[in-house]
Amino acid sequence: MANMSLKKVQMPEQEPNVRNKNFKEVALGYEENMAVEEAERCIQCKNQPCVEGCPVHVKIPEFIKLIANRDFEGAYQKIKETNNLPAICGRVCPQESQCESVCTRGKKGEPVAIGRLERFAADWHMKSKEDKIEKTATNGKKVAVIGSGPAGLSCAGDLAKMGYDTTIFEAFHTPGGVLMYGIPEFRLPKEIVQKEIDSLKKLGVKIETNMVIGKILTIDDLFDMGYEAVFIGTGAGLPKFMGIPGENLNGVYSANEFLTRINLMKAYDFPNNPTPVKVGKKVAVVGGGNVAMDAARSAKRMGAEEVYIVYRRSEEEMPARLEEIHHAKEEGIIFKLLTNPVKIIGDESGNVKGIECVNMVLGEVDESGRRRPVEEKGSEHIIDVDTVIIAIGQSPNPLITSTTEGLEKQKWGGIIVNEETLETSRKGVFAGGDAVTGAATVILAMGAGKKAAASIHKFLSEK
Amino acid sequence: MNEILEKKQLNPTVKMMVINAPLMAKKAKPGQFVIVRIDENGERIPLTIADYDSEKGTITIIFQEVGMSTKKLGTLNVGDRLHDFAGPLGKPVEFSKDTKRVLAIGGGVGVAPLYPKVKMLNEMKVSVDSIIGGRSAEYVILEDEMKKVSENLYITTDDGTKGRKGFVTDVLKELIEKGNKYDEVIAIGPLIMMKMVCNITKEYNIPTMVSMNPIMVDGTGMCGGCRVTVGGETKFACVDGPAFDGLKVDFDEAMRRQNMYKDMEKKALEKYEHECKLGGILNG
Ligand SMILES: Cc1cc2nc3c(=O)[nH]c(=O)nc-3n(C[C@H](O)[C@H](O)[C@H](O)COP(=O)(O)OP(=O)(O)OC[C@H]3O[C@@H](n4cnc5c(N)ncnc54)[C@H](O)[C@@H]3O)c2cc1C
Ligand SMILES: Cc1cc2nc3c(=O)[nH]c(=O)nc-3n(C[C@H](O)[C@H](O)[C@H](O)COP(=O)(O)OP(=O)(O)OC[C@H]3O[C@@H](n4cnc5c(N)ncnc54)[C@H](O)[C@@H]3O)c2cc1C
Ligand code: SF4
Ligand code: SF4
Ligand code: FES
Repeated sequence: MANMSLKKVQMPEQEPNVRNKNFKEVALGYEENMAVEEAERCIQCKNQPCVEGCPVHVKIPEFIKLIANRDFEGAYQKIKETNNLPAICGRVCPQESQCESVCTRGKKGEPVAIGRLERFAADWHMKSKEDKIEKTATNGKKVAVIGSGPAGLSCAGDLAKMGYDTTIFEAFHTPGGVLMYGIPEFRLPKEIVQKEIDSLKKLGVKIETNMVIGKILTIDDLFDMGYEAVFIGTGAGLPKFMGIPGENLNGVYSANEFLTRINLMKAYDFPNNPTPVKVGKKVAVVGGGNVAMDAARSAKRMGAEEVYIVYRRSEEEMPARLEEIHHAKEEGIIFKLLTNPVKIIGDESGNVKGIECVNMVLGEVDESGRRRPVEEKGSEHIIDVDTVIIAIGQSPNPLITSTTEGLEKQKWGGIIVNEETLETSRKGVFAGGDAVTGAATVILAMGAGKKAAASIHKFLSEK
Repeated sequence: MNEILEKKQLNPTVKMMVINAPLMAKKAKPGQFVIVRIDENGERIPLTIADYDSEKGTITIIFQEVGMSTKKLGTLNVGDRLHDFAGPLGKPVEFSKDTKRVLAIGGGVGVAPLYPKVKMLNEMKVSVDSIIGGRSAEYVILEDEMKKVSENLYITTDDGTKGRKGFVTDVLKELIEKGNKYDEVIAIGPLIMMKMVCNITKEYNIPTMVSMNPIMVDGTGMCGGCRVTVGGETKFACVDGPAFDGLKVDFDEAMRRQNMYKDMEKKALEKYEHECKLGGILNG
């Protein structure tokens, strides 16, 4: 019998005032009976709008039914058919604008908590089942995957399952991409990412860290070394700055730097770990996406007393996941909306002491379909802060496009691909994820990796 | 991979290591650097590729022990392995074909990144005069190596214990005033030295290349921590540099930025030295 409650079954969470002082996971996940109760809210729509809403078409009603029937492992396997990283996507997908946005139950009341159920199935599997990973016999063909974010990981996984001798080349000392250096532990425990990486290794995927492709080896070198196809999944790691006065003062960080110091380099444990980070007492984070929320919530956890989100549009236009905005507010992050920084102010020794902002009003709808913010004259004001974190977006890093002849890219840096095959302008070179789309989502990057693996298989089978 | 093959103490605070890194040795060019991590949770520290041998497959690094990470690196010995060794990073230096005569200036451990550039110029048959300096005699490094690739080598020490008493800039001024013509000056050393050199070369309008050493994390253009202002524009030293047009660099900003973590670095070092002492006592 369907559960007709208008609300999702609540997921247990750490108390806001406790969790904003630790880096442990905020959302604790459903217990079995909660998952079953929530699964019963799905009315198994014939037309399955939710499936269309998911970029990789997870068989949503089917896996939810399996949960309702307490076949948790079956549910996990069902998700896995189309999604390589359910434990991760269940946690970080912007469900409210994807699968859950079109859920029939959402027309009246809250949609089915598809993301939470996905996470539940994945966590249940991880807790209860030893993965039986069988290496596929190798077909002797070598494929190189550049970058180990969700795009690279899922591409490599699928290739290995098809028997390709697959090597991932990663620039950093740790694989995982944004999942490791960007998204903080309290949203995505690194252990989960590590497990995914370990299972890839068991599949036979080789991972070479500290390999900055474009520097130590070019794509042409990889072909010379006998790799027959290459996948580029290098993400969008180049931080944007605002170009306002004072951006090079001490105490101004890109969100990338701030989060990398904390997540990857473990600066939260300074001086036990030697990489420092300066947080200060008052922090302004500029931007309104997931990256901004992560930076703000990390700053709070590092001991900042007041943390502001400074965003030039209104809350409605914020690109961050709804849940992150909600969590950030609960944790005491102060939202300064319709506020735009014009200048960062320093003291005599060059440290940040404030950020000058103007108020904005929303005007006409612009190309992005959102109302364009315009400055309100005479509204200049200064917010006292000692740290400013800039989280206004990232673009693809030019290291590879600038060292690979014949690899076409967009003006803004994205690699140009054939949308059907993800092949680039270079034969045998495929690309996907943020490197192609610009900063997007984990699920899209994962989907692109899968798609590219299928194309590479086709390309090499026909060769 | 990345085993330490040779280790040599160049002066009381500077050590040299030859690292096994065959792939990198094939790609390295003068002006590039590596990022080193010493252990599991180590900091990522940038060090210039002071020399490389593509046949032997080795990379040479020369480092001054200034803080926790460089001191720890100094405790490693031949046969030990570096936890991480990534590179070659940064842009290789380029010289125009018209360059005929260059003045190379190195201060302290800055002579290490200077050397491969002078060596390259020497191979290009460019005539190079060099000035190298240090606090006192024992701090002057790579004297023999520099002598081999320089037309004239001048040495200065702050206290006069070797070469001329004074700063490298004193010799620079003299050489220019004497009428020596240089197509380009290369200056690598402490920021204050590079700033002083540029103050002089600006006056005489001599193109001057400097090598910036801002605080870095990734070294691949991903964090923006290494930004320097050159000609009013923000550049990332790890991908746009580390060599820049010294006449356009905002040195005051660079000096300020380098001090960003001074207090924290001190804390890390104190903790490390305390633990070393304890370790020393425990190990007898
Ligand atoms: C702080 C933050 C929070 C986010 N939160 C969410 C969220 O909640 N939900 C969501 O869906 N998305 C979120 N995103 C976006 C999402 O993480 C990205 O869209 C996704 O990771 C892109 O995957 P990718 O594989 O294309 O690239 P990345 O994850 O960026 O991985 C690229 C990898 O390639 C490596 N690399 C780069 N250049 C080279 C080179 N030359 N040689 C070798 N290796 C190289 C990089 O080191 C990196 O490991 C967030 C992003 C950030 C930064
Ligand atoms: C491109 C480049 C090339 C360099 N080449 C050499 C070299 O060949 N030989 C050499 O001795 N030194 C070199 N340096 C400087 C060297 O990286 C620092 O001395 C080292 O990181 C200090 O670390 P520490 O923990 O020992 O000292 P800390 O106590 O952490 O710091 C001491 C000083 O080093 C600087 N520093 C600290 N962390 C970093 C970091 N992550 N990146 C850069 N600077 C930092 C700080 O400004 C500080 O003043 C280079 C730096 C750059 C950017
Ligand atoms: S992968 Fe993301 S969008 Fe698709 S069903 Fe799962 S949570 Fe929804
Ligand atoms: S739209 Fe919602 S209720 Fe309908 S099948 Fe999908 S999840 Fe279930
Ligand atoms: S060190 Fe991070 S961008 Fe240069």
